Amino acid sequence: MVIKEIQEEIVEEFSMFDDWMQRYEYMIDLGKSLPLINEQYKTDDNIIKGCQSKVWVHAELAEDKLVFTADSDAIITKGIIAILIRAFSNQKPQDIIDADTAFIDEIGLKEHLSPTRANGLVSMIKQLKLYAVAYQTQLN
Amino acid sequence: MIDVAKIRKDFPILSREVNGKPLVYLDNAATSQTPTPVIDVIVDYYSKYNANIHRGVHTLSQEATDAYEQARAKVQHHFNIAKAQEVILTSGTTHSINIVASGFTSLLEKGDELLVSAMEHHSNIVPWQMLCERTGAVLKVIPMNEQGELDMGLYRELLSDSTRLVFCNHISNALGTINPIEEIIQEAHEVGAAVLVDGAQAAPHIKADMQQLDVDFYTVSAHKICGPTGVGMLYGKEEWLGKLPPYQGGGEMIAEVTFEKTTYADLPHKFEAGTPNICGGIAFGAALDYINAIGLTNIAAYENDLLAYATAELLKIEGLKIYGTSENKTSVISFNIEGMHPYDIGSILDKLGVAVRTGHHCAQPIMDFYKIPGTVRASFSFYNTKEEVDVLVACVKRARNMLA
Ligand SMILES: Cc1ncc(COP(=O)(O)O)c(C=O)c1O
Repeated sequence: MVIKEIQEEIVEEFSMFDDWMQRYEYMIDLGKSLPLINEQYKTDDNIIKGCQSKVWVHAELAEDKLVFTADSDAIITKGIIAILIRAFSNQKPQDIIDADTAFIDEIGLKEHLSPTRANGLVSMIKQLKLYAVAYQTQLN
Repeated sequence: MIDVAKIRKDFPILSREVNGKPLVYLDNAATSQTPTPVIDVIVDYYSKYNANIHRGVHTLSQEATDAYEQARAKVQHHFNIAKAQEVILTSGTTHSINIVASGFTSLLEKGDELLVSAMEHHSNIVPWQMLCERTGAVLKVIPMNEQGELDMGLYRELLSDSTRLVFCNHISNALGTINPIEEIIQEAHEVGAAVLVDGAQAAPHIKADMQQLDVDFYTVSAHKICGPTGVGMLYGKEEWLGKLPPYQGGGEMIAEVTFEKTTYADLPHKFEAGTPNICGGIAFGAALDYINAIGLTNIAAYENDLLAYATAELLKIEGLKIYGTSENKTSVISFNIEGMHPYDIGSILDKLGVAVRTGHHCAQPIMDFYKIPGTVRASFSFYNTKEEVDVLVACVKRARNMLA
């Protein structure tokens, strides 16, 4: 599936919930299915700055696609990064660079998008895109 | 005694909703809410006599100057300060500490020692580290125990002829501990060291008497005691303030300026360069009036009851641990639930309308001491109620169930 389709799928799943409780519970569940980062990559260098909780992300190229793994010490943050990874992992770097992130707003996580929120969602998106840029230059 | 129902009517913000739920504001240690009498003073200032002070001959300027100086007198009176010139109005505790830390640059020598308590806010650590970098002085730490109390035995061992300065908060923002500053001050003076007490957290709970404490410097932020942000106090003994050079140069702080030589104004203006937060200063005075009308003794008694009740109720929650368990503490509860991240708990509490702080509370050394990433901190004020404590406890339980 291309990024846009996955995002639409996520938006549809979240549209089933009518309150934040269910949304958060779903996010907590998603966090449990996060493709976990290999312990060896859980280094200070891989910590995303700007989050109150710790978030580690690792990226690896599998043929021409970028595969992300991650972890966090907070469950809700794990859920957020799981949603992002589901949308962006296993995609071509250029597609990740070009991808739009408006779906975050549509799934009712708009408040997390503010750059001043301590959860660092914006930093996470930036980091995923930075990895994509780095690997894209490698592919070129 | 405190009539909470009546007091709550003075705080318009307390009747708002957050995420569709009634606001339960338990982040008072970060900033307190503002009562109508203080808001009125702010509106009044901008509606009726907004003008620059200490320089105009016109009526507005005179009225603003009088109101500002009256506010200084209120601050002086509240903290029982001997002389008005010992009250420097600043932008808050951070500014106050930086004035002193900067001023000591020319008074220290390589090898001089400064003692800092292990439970300081970053604003009472970093300016001193910068001072040490400038002067070659050495920073030594007064350790604390598991309960979050300073080790006074080790403090005595650290004190020596080389100690120049000791700095410590009156009350810890992250733990709520009330430090034995009387002893700290007295013993520092015995070796000839000066003491700065960061009173940011103490001002809303304890009426500190500068003359009785015999402290050399004391700092306060108005926004933690029902006043506005961006204004506060630096108290300094006249002899010390006289020795420190000015912090910033500019208008207001001079006696005479020529291109050859400038002479500085007398205290307190020497440390008050530029146009100050005039409205903020006046509102700071009004906030002290408001607090004093209720009485800090009544406030402390009421908050202690809330603290005892909240502590007992929270401890019933399985896996909940409180950091800062001194007998001597104010209405601050820093806690974690085993296996759960404070950020997760705080996020869910916010959704339920409960405002708490999560994170390291600008006191990373304390978090390192306990080997935790941070805590959830609920801090209670005299306008909080037992019912709100019940809401907090119910919401923490709900968060725990969701995250388990
Ligand atoms: C103990 C303590 N010191 C200093 C500060 C800093 O105060 P301000 O930010 O008002 O300068 C705070 C406020 O968080 C505090 O709690």
